[in-house]
Amino acid sequence: MPKQVHLAAHFPGVNNTTVWSDPASGSHIEFESFRHFAQTAERAKFDFLFLAEGLRLREQNGLIYDLDVVGRPDTFTILTALAAVTTHLGLAGTINSTFNEPYEVARQFASLDHLSGGRAAWNVVTSWDAFTGENFRRAGFLAQDLRYERAKLFLETTKELFDSWRGEEIIADKESGVFLTDPHAGEFEHHDAQFDIRGQFNVPRSPQGRPVIFQAGDSEEGREFAASSADAIFSRHGTLEAGQAFYTDVKRRLARYGRGRDELLILPAATFVLADTDADARELADVVRHQQVSGQTAIKLLEQLWNRDLSAYDPDGPLPEIDPDVGENTIAKGRASVRMNKDPLAVAKQWRELAEAKQLSIRELIIETTNRQTFIGSATTIADAIDDLVQRDASDGFILVPHITPGGLDDFADTVVPLLQEKGVFRTEYTGSTLRDHLGLAPLSAGATERAAS
Amino acid sequence: MSVPSPIHLAVALDGAGWHPAAWREASARPDELLTPGYWAELVVEAERGLLDFVTIEDAFLLQSSQWGRPDERTDQVRGRLDAVLIAARVAPLTSRIGIVATATTTHTEPFHVSKAIATLDYVSSGRAGWRVQVGAHPGEAELFGRRDIPEFSPGDLDDPAVRALIAELFDEAADHVEVVRRLWDSWDDDAEIRDAATGRFVDRDRLHYIDFVGSRFSVRGPSIVPRPPQGQPVVVVLAHVPVAFRLAGRAADVALVTPHDRADIAPILEEGLPPHVFGELVVFLDDDAGDAAARKARLDELDGSEYVSDAEIFVGTPAQLADRLLDWQAAGLTGFRLRPGAIPHDLTAITRALVPELQRRGVFRREYEAPTLRGLLGLSRPANRYASV
Repeated sequence: MPKQVHLAAHFPGVNNTTVWSDPASGSHIEFESFRHFAQTAERAKFDFLFLAEGLRLREQNGLIYDLDVVGRPDTFTILTALAAVTTHLGLAGTINSTFNEPYEVARQFASLDHLSGGRAAWNVVTSWDAFTGENFRRAGFLAQDLRYERAKLFLETTKELFDSWRGEEIIADKESGVFLTDPHAGEFEHHDAQFDIRGQFNVPRSPQGRPVIFQAGDSEEGREFAASSADAIFSRHGTLEAGQAFYTDVKRRLARYGRGRDELLILPAATFVLADTDADARELADVVRHQQVSGQTAIKLLEQLWNRDLSAYDPDGPLPEIDPDVGENTIAKGRASVRMNKDPLAVAKQWRELAEAKQLSIRELIIETTNRQTFIGSATTIADAIDDLVQRDASDGFILVPHITPGGLDDFADTVVPLLQEKGVFRTEYTGSTLRDHLGLAPLSAGATERAAS
Repeated sequence: MSVPSPIHLAVALDGAGWHPAAWREASARPDELLTPGYWAELVVEAERGLLDFVTIEDAFLLQSSQWGRPDERTDQVRGRLDAVLIAARVAPLTSRIGIVATATTTHTEPFHVSKAIATLDYVSSGRAGWRVQVGAHPGEAELFGRRDIPEFSPGDLDDPAVRALIAELFDEAADHVEVVRRLWDSWDDDAEIRDAATGRFVDRDRLHYIDFVGSRFSVRGPSIVPRPPQGQPVVVVLAHVPVAFRLAGRAADVALVTPHDRADIAPILEEGLPPHVFGELVVFLDDDAGDAAARKARLDELDGSEYVSDAEIFVGTPAQLADRLLDWQAAGLTGFRLRPGAIPHDLTAITRALVPELQRRGVFRREYEAPTLRGLLGLSRPANRYASV
């Protein structure tokens, strides 16, 4: 059997990938949109639905950023509600480890796993910024260099809580009056640099034992964290060469932790534009890119690299002659992507050269350099490309990010998925009931780690 | 003769019922308490009975028969699921009944609670509520490790230090609710404009920083969730003592109170409570009063002690309960939250016997009259405190 493709659906997010101005664009908040999106993903036999999280409305130039979709629902609440209208689809969400506590998050994920019959997954992220912290009583107390330490300790702590019940304690025997066999079930005690907690966890073991763990970091630390502790990694490397390099690098790290190659899936995010013919798709892709990058948006994205107010510039004119401000990025707040601007001067130089060579305006340059669609083409072209990348170990599958809510996945489900199924690389029916089953991950043995003893 | 005013009716769902031996009843399904199907059936049954709302209990501590510490008992229900998530799981399966989830103020983030209940309001199309709970147990604080709460017992409530601690926790709860409510209002109803001409998705002038600054925490806002369908989901507070009455008066739409006889009601109503004051009753119901008493006695015997509760325990027939409810309503209560002694037995006795009895007496709805929980309670959708007129 050829290597199997894994597919997931990312609910369109609060960034310029999502085109809200299209007539087909629906609500980003009403439950009906989530229901439609999830039921489409499940009809297409996807592995899971993914929901991102942000805990403060983004700002730029000191004002709430108003050009993209703004506002989203609570991750746990919406995922659990979706469990009521789906039967197999995995339900994955980002939950921050900085502005939460392990006991509460463990309860919520164990509850989601119970209430979905074993379909929960957790994308563990950290945040240190005081900007987001202003919404929390804990505030932004975390130093940047502690972010992976906090995430790692947070995850280890929740794993102790998940494992504090073995799974066979509740017998509920009416005759003998024995409800549970072990009055100490759930006991834990955990002390480390971040957490100092003890007691009895009050959610008995859930169907998967714990949620499937996702990690999204791309840095050296992030890759190592994923290799040691995650079940799947969200990468940004969707092309053949970059994908293969990332894939090889991360899979190689697994042996160090006594883990097999199949125990960590690599799932890049991918956008797509699908049409009847490749030519139509190329044309449509260009239209979509112009919808995603208006003149105003182009200036805002340029400001994020330049770290300066560039509102005086014409998006249809040339790049600014002044250089980026290389200090701490203060122009955009609540936006993780600005941290990836590691060397703004070098990028600016590159952009200037490109703009000069191709005679590009600011807007055309931004369209050219940021987030072009991963897959553009007919259903056949896209199915071939996905299969090819997976067979050549550039990934284990893709997390698809449609640009229209909630119908952006419909055509993909109806046209691309059947082709992948014909190739024998994608399931035609769910063969298991849990997300671990869908991802090909073995069930966890009960109490995989010993009950916490301080 | 004047037309009797309608009674509002809620039911409090918790595990296999409120009696600790209820899980041993023949009709109980103790091995399904952690399954979604169990909760869905209970809430659908409550909706069948046209109840105003269900509440779902919660606590961070494992259940115990001892106050604030584990009891090592293995003969009672242990383990539970997060109440907000149970509520979210059943909301799409129902269409009219209110769903009120318990969430604690002491160890949680107001920002998280606010967006969770707002989202529950979206997934239920305007039927969400929040039962505010204070977590005073020292053992609960140890689960979080972020603050110390000194040991005390309910018998120490006259101790000035304990009184101060409790007052502090309730003041904190009032701040918490204030933040949650401000966040619900932090988006104007029409903040999302999708104005293609100017490229703006929202009008940022219709989004509001809440800038709450308190002695315990500060929260900036706005929420990440737009204003929920009800504007303000329904806030419910259970209150037995003055400090809790004060919280209910300041923060709640519905106060749940625990009179033990009719004479208790008038003094409670002097406490400055919100428009709705619901009486709490644990109920054991059978068509024959003797059967109900025998059933309660049998459960007591199984558990090894007589069941006691903060609320009055009613044992009898649905008709007798209807008499009691009307009598207490006449004393000034607007409704009742009934705690079924055993589930499903006492829940179905409420929906299939008590409700028809009340309908016959002309004091209970025959069909749902409003699509939102606020509507069922006769509460209007409030104006946004931040919106400019």
